[in-house]
Amino acid sequence: MQCPKCHGAMRTYNRNGVQIEQCDMCRGIFLDFGELEALTRLEGQWAQQVPPAPAPAPAAPPTYPAQPAWGAHAPHGHYHHGHHKHGVSRLFFSS
Amino acid sequence: MTTTNTAPALLAGMAALARSVDGGDPDAEPVVLAERADVLVVRVGDVVVKAHRPDMDEAVLRDRLVLASHPGLRGVVLPPVRWGDADGWVARVEDRLVTAWPWGEPVHPEGPVPWEEAGRLLAALHSVLLSGLSEPVTAVPRCGAPARLARTVRELDRVDSSSAVTEIRRAHATLPSWVRAPDAADWRDHEGGPAGLVLAHGDWHLGQLVRRRDPHAAREGSGDGWLLIDTDDLGLGAPSWDLGRVAAWHAAGLLPSEVWERFLGAYRRAGGPAVPAVGDPWPAVDVAARVYVVQSAAVGVLRAGREGRGLDEVDQALVDTCRRIADLHASR
Repeated sequence: MQCPKCHGAMRTYNRNGVQIEQCDMCRGIFLDFGELEALTRLEGQWAQQVPPAPAPAPAAPPTYPAQPAWGAHAPHGHYHHGHHKHGVSRLFFSS
Repeated sequence: MTTTNTAPALLAGMAALARSVDGGDPDAEPVVLAERADVLVVRVGDVVVKAHRPDMDEAVLRDRLVLASHPGLRGVVLPPVRWGDADGWVARVEDRLVTAWPWGEPVHPEGPVPWEEAGRLLAALHSVLLSGLSEPVTAVPRCGAPARLARTVRELDRVDSSSAVTEIRRAHATLPSWVRAPDAADWRDHEGGPAGLVLAHGDWHLGQLVRRRDPHAAREGSGDGWLLIDTDDLGLGAPSWDLGRVAAWHAAGLLPSEVWERFLGAYRRAGGPAVPAVGDPWPAVDVAARVYVVQSAAVGVLRAGREGRGLDEVDQALVDTCRRIADLHASR
């Protein structure tokens, strides 16, 4: 599988029984459907065993919309990868 | 010789031209790089020859070649190969206009994409002061982006109507009249917008970047050795045209936000005039993005028709985006 962001090769890792794909180049992580929830669940179990650490300051939200009102509003982070791979490859031609 | 659908005489004539120009290899075999209904691009050793679309106006093509070879665009646009006397950069082969270019390494579709370099190169192109060029250019043609949209939408008349074609036409109807009627005499008053008219590429995508090993070609460059190629639509126009295709892909859900931000951020940091330096870029690129959604959806539907297949997922995402554009317009 190829990274949808930088086209680097993605390697599959197993984290506590959850398969995740990580890009060798940009270190981006790809999560299939349900994997984010599985990791969140594992994190919850872990958090119950140790005192909670102070939450890091949230990243500053963008001050403008990421997309126009007619945009597809693809969710950030764990998006479906099929579109993106083919989408970028189509950007190599006059369309 | 590469197998091609093109008339062998055109290919042979182009190969002969490529072998004869400066830097041409008399023994090199032609390799077809791109072949579309209207355009043929052939590599012969270190020279690339292009047969332009049949309706290309020779005088306008020459004006664009003057621009592409101007010292003021060095390091931004790949200059053409010139041969013989001053007239020698357009040949006629089998009644087609043919130009020659140095070969450059393209972006590898499977490799990393130089998004930042692309943003910087486009910002540099848009920042060229046409009035300040040391050797004044006599004529700057109009950027070909609006005419390209008009040609593509006209082609839709030739295919059977379908729900996809309906959505494309609905989205096209939301575009400002100056976009839909690109021949209007007062185009300058409308197209410039707040950014003003600049030198714009007019058909920019990732296939329009090459890297030259020759250090002279990329000297003083803005793009780390990368250069813009294909001057067929180069000319005076809105700078947002050149951001429009990437913006459209992002808004159609075909390109992650991070990639759009990399491209846009580099363009902004390099002083590109298409968008304000900070804040919401969408008001400035909205029209161009909608233009490329409509055009790309139309090209996708036309191609699917030619290939006798249904729409693929990219085509469908673009048609869906046309529907959202039209629905939003109807609700306002």
